[in-house]
Amino acid sequence: MIEVEDVHYVYPSGVEALKGVSLAIKDGEFIAIMGQNGAGKTTLVKHFNGLLKPTQGNVRINGVDTRKASIAELARNVGFVFQNPDHQLFSETVEEEISFALKNFGFEPGVIEKRLDWALNLLGLTQYRKTSPFLLSGGERKRVALASVLAWDPQVLVLDEPTIGQDHQQKENLRQFIIQMQSQGKTVVIVTHDVEFVAECSPRVILMKEGKIVADGEGKEILTNPEVLAQSSIVLPQVAQIFTQLTALGLPKDVIDIYEAKEILLKALKERQK
Amino acid sequence: MSVFDGLKFRKVHSPIHNLDPRMKFIYVIALFVVAILFGQIIPLLALFVLQLPFVLLARVQRQWLRSLRGAAFLAAFIFVINIVTRFFYSGYVLTGADWEYSAAMSLRFVVLVESFSVFFLTTSPDHLGLALEQTRVPYEFSFAFTTAVRFVPVLAEEAQTIMDAQKARGLEMEKGNFMKKIRNYIPVLIPLIVSAIRRSLELAEAMESRAWGATKKRTNLYALKLHRGDFALLALTVGILAVSIYVYLFIPVPTLVELL
Repeated sequence: MIEVEDVHYVYPSGVEALKGVSLAIKDGEFIAIMGQNGAGKTTLVKHFNGLLKPTQGNVRINGVDTRKASIAELARNVGFVFQNPDHQLFSETVEEEISFALKNFGFEPGVIEKRLDWALNLLGLTQYRKTSPFLLSGGERKRVALASVLAWDPQVLVLDEPTIGQDHQQKENLRQFIIQMQSQGKTVVIVTHDVEFVAECSPRVILMKEGKIVADGEGKEILTNPEVLAQSSIVLPQVAQIFTQLTALGLPKDVIDIYEAKEILLKALKERQK
Repeated sequence: MSVFDGLKFRKVHSPIHNLDPRMKFIYVIALFVVAILFGQIIPLLALFVLQLPFVLLARVQRQWLRSLRGAAFLAAFIFVINIVTRFFYSGYVLTGADWEYSAAMSLRFVVLVESFSVFFLTTSPDHLGLALEQTRVPYEFSFAFTTAVRFVPVLAEEAQTIMDAQKARGLEMEKGNFMKKIRNYIPVLIPLIVSAIRRSLELAEAMESRAWGATKKRTNLYALKLHRGDFALLALTVGILAVSIYVYLFIPVPTLVELL
């Protein structure tokens, strides 16, 4: 459970990045935080593991005020995968990279070995176990970074821009992976610009603008509302664009999922043929 | 990282920002020389105070204060080292003069930092490069220099991100004994160095693809010209140097202890 209560955050440079944000994330929810560059998305999620402490207001993780806990304590529950894997990879082998956090959190050697195998397997990295992370491709490095966080099995997983630089197949893998996390009851928070990816996943969407939340609701509801999206300079997902153009045919407007779109169109076509 | 903040240029319009970087540099070097010339606290205090109008005129007080705060740790270190060595040299007694001397030494450091801080806060890397070129420094060198200056804040920001990423993986930088603390920096330094090297290779490619070094004689869109303010600064610089050298040669500078 993540509770954010009227949080303001001012950077040391004087920029006020959050201007009164309130939000509650229940266990097991899947959330996409969207908005323009500089809207405060990353600033907000950095509060979830205590990297930033609110200038004003409160953030509580499972009832614990983030001001009263160290980053390491909070990180045990909230795993944070940064946008650029190169900002964290430093070990000689993938294996060491993944066990780094496990050692920091003081796991027993036997447990570390098990978790390591599990994480390598989960992200298809087992064959790179002894490889240097610096020799891997961009997508593989991103997976190593993800594995290094997943290894300690945090309850909440925060992914900052997970789809950047990923091809379609990798995005699909990521989506499957998130679904898998969901089925295990994990909370997943992604910070992203990728409207199409969000449309495919259909999470709860939180739209931010200039340090405030401007919309919070079902993906289907928010991503089909051109007025709300325009505020944050976000373009409708392609499926929704088609359906807003087709309202004259008596089709519903709030469609973002490709499979749902297919069903609706097929049904409409069949009715026409009759 | 607050030290770097104190060196980061921000575009502001002020009489100090508009001064010619060459003159500003000569002024900073003159201050440097004078600060080295005197080991007594009174002239060093005078030098310190002398720079306040510049800071206020340039409206960079906040960043300037931050650079001072960044320098405070090293200044304290210099103070302690001086006190300790003086204590042992003078046979395990400390007089007022010892305290004053140590304070003067750390003040000297602060004066050096603050003058460089004012220079970098008010001089854009572009102007600096232009100044170097117009003083006939080969373009390769001036380019390397301005690029280095320009990338300092970028690297500082990146170091912060890397530190955040490692802290998010449970790294506690402050934990452990002295050796452990140093080892804690490895997960930060390696990604930082790797990414700096990668960045420099990318930069080199980008430069080559834009025909860097194609002609031997480059032209510039802007050229630096000396204005009235620049000559005023030069006059001030010469004045300060002349007065300091005169005082240094002919007037014994009293210490605070002697005055009181």
